[in-house]
Formats: sequence, C-alpha cells, structure tokens
Amino acid sequence: MNCQDVIQELSNFIDGELDAASKQELERHLKECTECKLVVDQTKKTVRLFCDSEPIDLPGEVRNRLHNALRRKFKEAAH
Amino acid sequence: MLCANLKTETFGAGLLFSSQNFLSTPNPHRLASAVAREDEHLLVAAAKSGDASAFEELVNRYERKIFRLTMNITRNREDAEDAMQDAFLKSYSHLKTFQGDARFYTWLVRIAANEALMRLRKRRPGQFSLDEPIEGDEDLMPRELQDWGPGPEQRFAQTEMREILSSVIDELEPDYRTVFVLRDIEELSTEETADALGISVPAVKSRLLRARLKLRQKLDRYFMQGATN
Repeated sequence: MNCQDVIQELSNFIDGELDAASKQELERHLKECTECKLVVDQTKKTVRLFCDSEPIDLPGEVRNRLHNALRRKFKEAAH
Repeated sequence: MLCANLKTETFGAGLLFSSQNFLSTPNPHRLASAVAREDEHLLVAAAKSGDASAFEELVNRYERKIFRLTMNITRNREDAEDAMQDAFLKSYSHLKTFQGDARFYTWLVRIAANEALMRLRKRRPGQFSLDEPIEGDEDLMPRELQDWGPGPEQRFAQTEMREILSSVIDELEPDYRTVFVLRDIEELSTEETADALGISVPAVKSRLLRARLKLRQKLDRYFMQGATN
C-alpha cells in the first residue's frame, strides 16, 4: 500500500470499515511513513473536534415562535 | 459510530471539549440519554395517536440539535431558524407517514436537511447542486504537512475553538459540508446520508473523504505548532 492508497482508504480506516487484511497493511504503512501518520492523526482529530461540537441553544424568541406555531398546528389538527 | 470510537481515543494530555450531550443539560423536559433512546418510539407512537404533548417532548428533545444542523448547512441565521421551524411543523403534519423502521431522529434530520438545502439553493442559485458529480481524479495527497504539536485543543479556550470550527466549516463548499455535517456531526450512517440527500453511497464516501481532508487542511493554519491564533 502506498501513500496515495492510504489517503484513498483514510475514511474507511478511521470509520473502521476496512477489512482486516487492508487494515493491517495500512497500519504497517503508517509505522514507516511519518507523513501519512500525521495526516491520519490530524484527520481523526479534525473529525473528533466537530463531532464533539455541542447543539445550539435556541434564542428565547425563536423557541417561542417555534412552540407557538406548533400549538397552532396542534389546534388545527384537533378540529 | 465514529464519534463514539474517537472519543475513546486520547490526543495529547486530554480533552478540552466536553462531550456533553444536550440531554444532560438541566431541563425538566429532558431525560437521560439512555432513557431518551429507549422511549423515543413510545413518544412517537403517542404523538401519532394524537398526543400533542408527546410530540412537544420530541421537539424539546431535538430542537437544539436540529438548529445546529440547519445552521451548519445554511450558514445563515434567519434561514436556519426558518428551516428548523418548518422541519418540525412538516414532521408533525407527516407523522402518520413515518413507518418506524428508522429512528424518528434520523427521519427528522432528513426533513430538516432538505428544508435547509432548499433555502441554501435559493440563496445561492446556480452555485450548488448535490446531484452533479463534483469528484475528479485529483491527487488528494496533502502537501506541506505541519505538525500540530501535542494537544492543540488545549491552546484554545472553548469559545475560541468554537469560532475556529465555525470559520473553517463555513469555508467548505456546500456539497462537501452537507455530507460532512450529516455523517460526522449528526452521525447518520453512510446509507442514511445517501438516502437523505438522494445521492449514491460512493458519492457520500467520496465527498466525506474530501470534506475531512479539506477541513484538516484548513485547521492547519490555526493548529500548526507555533501558530499564535
């Protein structure tokens, strides 16, 4: 497996979707290639930073508007 | 799920970001996450049979996540608010068509993503089409790699980090951003993402790879060792 192959399989690798043989081959490459190791580690870190991002609080007026609209919808449905 | 897998790994000395789930926010309407997943189908069943308070509980539970989703796709506050509200209203109107073979949340994300995409297309006509193939055979190998040093997360306050992430995702092309948001932030599967966006599984995989590589590259300017901002 060369550097280009590692990049092509990067997502499959960090998502745990590589078959055992390919995973082993890729890991062997990472032991010898500091550049690919850096890309893999930084890409994992990038994904983790985003997946840790918190949901956004709704401003009070936005939340009120949403729930008032829903209640109007509930009333319409009840009739 | 990747997020869960990645949270078990450590980078540097530890995590600055908490992986706080919104369900843990003190709020009488919100329940512990394990309970939330288990009782979701009960709430959906009650809402389908006409219990409005059950539907409102689902809204309380997911409104902050759906708002994050519509913000991340539209990158426009007004559009995000409208898309979120319309997603909840439409999901209520079409609740009877929800089959229950998927999670309610996944179904809701699909509706919200479409509402957000519709607004994004209106705001940027001609600049954005998910259906067109955008992938080429370009060399994806990153160049001029910079060492981020140990634990760049620790160099930034939480607010500052949030601004950095917001800035880099804002720069990402909508085609890539949408796939990345659904897969890596909302944690939909590849198949669910393909289904939600009406594109093929290989297209999702290809765009996700490019999105991740582009974001990594954009973070370089903040995280490379010795960077001051």
